[in-house]
Amino acid sequence: MAALGVPLRTLRALLRELRHAAGRSYRDSPAYRHVVAAFRAHRVTSEKLCRAQQELHFQAATYLCLLRSVREHEALHREYHGRGERSPQEVAGLVGFKLPQQPGGKG
Amino acid sequence: LPRPPPSAGGSGPVVPCGRRAYAPPAERKRFYQNVSISQGEGGFEINLDHRKLKTPQAKLFTVPSEALAIAVATEWDSQKDTIKFYTMHLTTLCNTALDNPTQRNKTQLIRAAVKFLETDTVCYRVEEPPALAELQKNEWDPVVAWAEKRYNVTIGSSTSILGPNIPASTKETFVSHLASYNMWALQGIEFVITQLKSLILSMSLIDRHITVEKAVLLSRLEEEYQIRRWGNVEWAHDYDLCELRARTAAGTLFVHLCSESSTVKHKLLQD
Repeated sequence: MAALGVPLRTLRALLRELRHAAGRSYRDSPAYRHVVAAFRAHRVTSEKLCRAQQELHFQAATYLCLLRSVREHEALHREYHGRGERSPQEVAGLVGFKLPQQPGGKG
Repeated sequence: LPRPPPSAGGSGPVVPCGRRAYAPPAERKRFYQNVSISQGEGGFEINLDHRKLKTPQAKLFTVPSEALAIAVATEWDSQKDTIKFYTMHLTTLCNTALDNPTQRNKTQLIRAAVKFLETDTVCYRVEEPPALAELQKNEWDPVVAWAEKRYNVTIGSSTSILGPNIPASTKETFVSHLASYNMWALQGIEFVITQLKSLILSMSLIDRHITVEKAVLLSRLEEEYQIRRWGNVEWAHDYDLCELRARTAAGTLFVHLCSESSTVKHKLLQD
């Protein structure tokens, strides 16, 4: 079985990610309610090595990884790859030039 | 009824200017307020306001699992001003399962998956630099040993350029194991394999032997080694790392949600 750590920690992190994803009304979102209900249902079980419990924890950890990675990827994309090309004016400005003004047609 | 553009893996000739002629925009303005789920005849459906979500080939978007539908709805609901399709991995996987754009049947999917074993990342070893060879041995030997024990097969590893010599019986074992998964789950499994470039790491992940983070780390072992040696470049390394983690996590979750047994669900509902 994969090294997953404490279920409660995974749950808290997952709910935090859902809050990032959903915004203000995250507690009413189907995902939030589903995750909380699933964890509650499995808390009842007394077996320590309950297979269903482990499966749920693994699923939660996987979903957490998905949400977190998508958020981080998007942040990196915005920071490094989101700006598009510079305009000709900007490029000229980089080396201290200004584009020539051509009144009417080509010079 | 508006439908989302096809996923980025679509077909179309490449125009010399670098942009594909028939490729849809990667982003689109968010055109809906509310996302909800409903249960239809074929399964669970996604509603964007009052409109039902459709696949790129205009089929009704239905998924067999409620948890999967909820996760897909969450993807749609978490889009802000623009819909970034390239971040919606679960939606893309569902579309692939519903449309089957490569038109492969179960046998072909399984064959494609098992074929990866011949060039499986964890079996393909270097001889130098010695530090990397040692790292590969320490990190990959255990997972190969796990697979051999779990599936009762011989796999081994190789430093030859031809890769490992996988016995036919080993391939047959994996073929019959994969045949026990349904078509949807198989699409997910094949997706994870192409992302991780390893059948063994994928099975290790699907069997919950390792986490997604660990599987991605093992898949990128050489990259990690080079990063440790030469330094990390955030806009390339971390960018790729996050993307690989996201796709692998999506694929894994997809497989598990599509192959959920009814006994697990029953237990969940029992409370």
